[in-house]
Amino acid sequence: MSGLILSNVTKQFGTFTAVNDVSLSVPDGTFVCLLGPSGCGKTTLMRMIAGLDLPTRGSIRLGGEDITQVATHKRNLGMVFQSLALFPHLTVGENIAYALRIRGVPKEEQTKRVDELLAMIHLGGFADRSVTKLSGGQRQRVAIARALAISPKLFLLDEPLSALDAKLREAMQVELRQLQQQLGITTIVVTHDQREAMTMADTVVVMNGGEIRQAAAPVDIYRRPADSFVADFIGSTNLLPYTVDGSGRATVFGTPVEGLALAGAMAGTISVRPEDVQITAPGNGTIDGSVTFIRDLGGTVETFVEASGQQIVAVSAPRTRPEVTVGQQVGIRLDPATSVVLAR
Amino acid sequence: MTSLLKRLFFFAVGLFLALPLIVVAGVSINEKQTLAFPPQGFSLSWYSEIFTNPEWRSALVASLTLAATSAALALVIALPLAWFLWRRVAPWANIFQLLGVAPFTLPPVITALGLLTFWATTGFYGQPWTAAISHAIFFVTLPLVTLSLGFSAIDRSLVEAAATMGADDRVIFRTVVLPLILPYIVSGYAFAFVLSLNEYIVAYMTVGFTMETLPIKIFNALRYGYTPTMASVTVLFLAIAALVFGLVARFGDLPKLLGAMGDER
Amino acid sequence: MRREPPQRLADYGPLLFPAGMLIVFFVIPFATMIAVSFFEREQGGFYQPAFVWDNYARFLSLFFGKVLGFSLFLAVAVAVACIVIGVPFTYLMSRAARKVQILWLVALLSILSLSEVMIGFAWSTLFSRTAGLTNLLVAIGIMETPQALTPSFGAVMTAMTYQALPYTVLVLYPALVRLDPTLTEAARTLGASPIRAFFTVVVPALRNTILATLIMVFIFALGSYLLPQLLGRPQHWTLSVLITDQAIYQSNMPFAAAMAVFLVLVSLALVGLAVYAGRRKEAA
Repeated sequence: MSGLILSNVTKQFGTFTAVNDVSLSVPDGTFVCLLGPSGCGKTTLMRMIAGLDLPTRGSIRLGGEDITQVATHKRNLGMVFQSLALFPHLTVGENIAYALRIRGVPKEEQTKRVDELLAMIHLGGFADRSVTKLSGGQRQRVAIARALAISPKLFLLDEPLSALDAKLREAMQVELRQLQQQLGITTIVVTHDQREAMTMADTVVVMNGGEIRQAAAPVDIYRRPADSFVADFIGSTNLLPYTVDGSGRATVFGTPVEGLALAGAMAGTISVRPEDVQITAPGNGTIDGSVTFIRDLGGTVETFVEASGQQIVAVSAPRTRPEVTVGQQVGIRLDPATSVVLAR
Repeated sequence: MTSLLKRLFFFAVGLFLALPLIVVAGVSINEKQTLAFPPQGFSLSWYSEIFTNPEWRSALVASLTLAATSAALALVIALPLAWFLWRRVAPWANIFQLLGVAPFTLPPVITALGLLTFWATTGFYGQPWTAAISHAIFFVTLPLVTLSLGFSAIDRSLVEAAATMGADDRVIFRTVVLPLILPYIVSGYAFAFVLSLNEYIVAYMTVGFTMETLPIKIFNALRYGYTPTMASVTVLFLAIAALVFGLVARFGDLPKLLGAMGDER
Repeated sequence: MRREPPQRLADYGPLLFPAGMLIVFFVIPFATMIAVSFFEREQGGFYQPAFVWDNYARFLSLFFGKVLGFSLFLAVAVAVACIVIGVPFTYLMSRAARKVQILWLVALLSILSLSEVMIGFAWSTLFSRTAGLTNLLVAIGIMETPQALTPSFGAVMTAMTYQALPYTVLVLYPALVRLDPTLTEAARTLGASPIRAFFTVVVPALRNTILATLIMVFIFALGSYLLPQLLGRPQHWTLSVLITDQAIYQSNMPFAAAMAVFLVLVSLALVGLAVYAGRRKEAA
């Protein structure tokens, strides 16, 4: 079996369990984002993959080989740190060549490879600059080039773009994804930014409380969230309680929702994305409520409706915005195709 | 008004600190062997006396040799200790940090007497090399403190980054840690060197009867009367200290070394 | 980097040399000194192993009591003088431009490292009849004839303050430089004058630092051994001078060792007491 395989990995710091029984399989050449709020265990999980922390239990295999106890410097991987960790006493070229120098690669070959990598990150001719004199984006690129110098089997990035401003970050996300596809390298990125994860990843792994809550393609994570945490963490959503009535139909606030595929439970939560909420006239089998606030953002319009004491948000484009005013009685229709019954 | 008051206060403290040194500098250029201020005549002969008079010269050589070797030894003791405390989780090893700081914190006469009894008991009393070891122990605090500061200033992710790129502990020390710690090694050595150069009581108690360092020489000379060479040596030593600390300030971050961490002004 | 306890015996390697040196040349000498303090003195300057309290019993004399009392009094006086000058000075210096700070720091370090012998010599020159301060006063016309100001208590006190002031400033410096400048700015906006803000905000905020520094300077001053000898009369001799005198000139090592042990204990006890007092104040 090839690829990176984590089996029942657990990490405890004293009595605190940072990562709890995590199993994950990352096929060769895929781009995986570990996504979650701070303290969810994503960084600890990455540090264990890098060998910077050792798992309390479980095993890590890479390319069929058990590397759980292998020292970091023998794992042949490339890693970009949150702080970038560029060596301040070395030039750009020396930073990039570091892994080659350690391995005793001949000087000419080092220079050739450095030039190659600098060209790849669009910093040709920067080899002799001091890393302290670069801009944030340039430092970012140098850190990436340095990690890729030995063409590692595994490329790890810990919150790599967090120090950049919003615009540059978005541009770098695209660049990073294109680079990964061009090289076909197995890549794992830790991030707390769901937009970043959606932009880059083949597979998004959503973590919370040291556990994996869902691992799936970005679109599936958004359209088919596994539980209320994932639904709420990825994008915004309306979480509505449902119960099953005597005839086996699901009802929300007493209003039946026809055609909803139920998992067997008698009550639970459904997730409806704001763009899937349709506002119509009240009555006639709709969830009825009154409009409390309208937020017109120019590009989109958010309509806040209060029904049975709960707030429901609908998002629409300006052209299709509902013709309503604050205080007006409206009805909400739920589409069974876009209403997701959550596991918990 | 308050700004004037501030300047006046700075001036008063500055004057208090400078006055004795101005007078010493003044008497050092007296033409004749008199203790007179303002100086009578002008002569630099008392400065050349340090290098031409065999007694003063040998004291100078002894002092410089002692300072150079003891500071090096202090560094060799401090470096592995500071590295170990930074690299490992070993709370019990802090006892050695405490031992390293203690000689400098306690009244010096205690360390001096302890070493005197030790050298006398072991039978090495009076050997010149005992002074080098004694000073190294007495001043190990200085490189230990600067190095601990230097290690704590290293971003640990730099070390982790080196490990992910294939460097083991030994290679990391040579290629990452050592270059980053170098300014602190130099300043730790400089501090120990200058203080050893000026130290009196420990040197006096351990080798006072067999070897004359410059401070010992001045003290002995003081008992027999006055010679302007004392003044010229004082000025020379002050100049050496100012030069060394000036260099440390020029090539390192002196405010940071003295504990002003995170001072970005 | 994974900081972890040493795994293998080889991991302890770096500790070997430093630990060995410190144990052999500091711990053992210290222990030797304690042992010698219980030895018996022999005629001719030597001593022989024994276990007697005689050397400590000599503390119970009026002479020793006077020396100890004077030593403590002198050290307290010097420490207080240094704090009174040093706290406002360090505060102002830490607020000055970086270049000004560095200039002061270099000057202070240079003076701090200056040999006690040289400081003693410099002040004895300044207080002398032929080259001293009084010549200046004569020149201005305040005094009739120049005169020697040493030996005297004032001379000892002044020179020791001179010696300890750079030390005081350097101990205070880290805490003062880190003091949040908005604290005094806030006080200023609330209507306090700069001097009032200093005394109502800076000094209380640094109470524990000042207390700790006071102790450090006190111990530093307790260690002064040459200045009282060079600038004072025999009644101005301190415990440190007495220890040196007994060890070198009277060749009474056991008594000198006993006094040194006593000096350590006094230092440690005072530190403990002050730390305890500081904690209680903090808790209140």
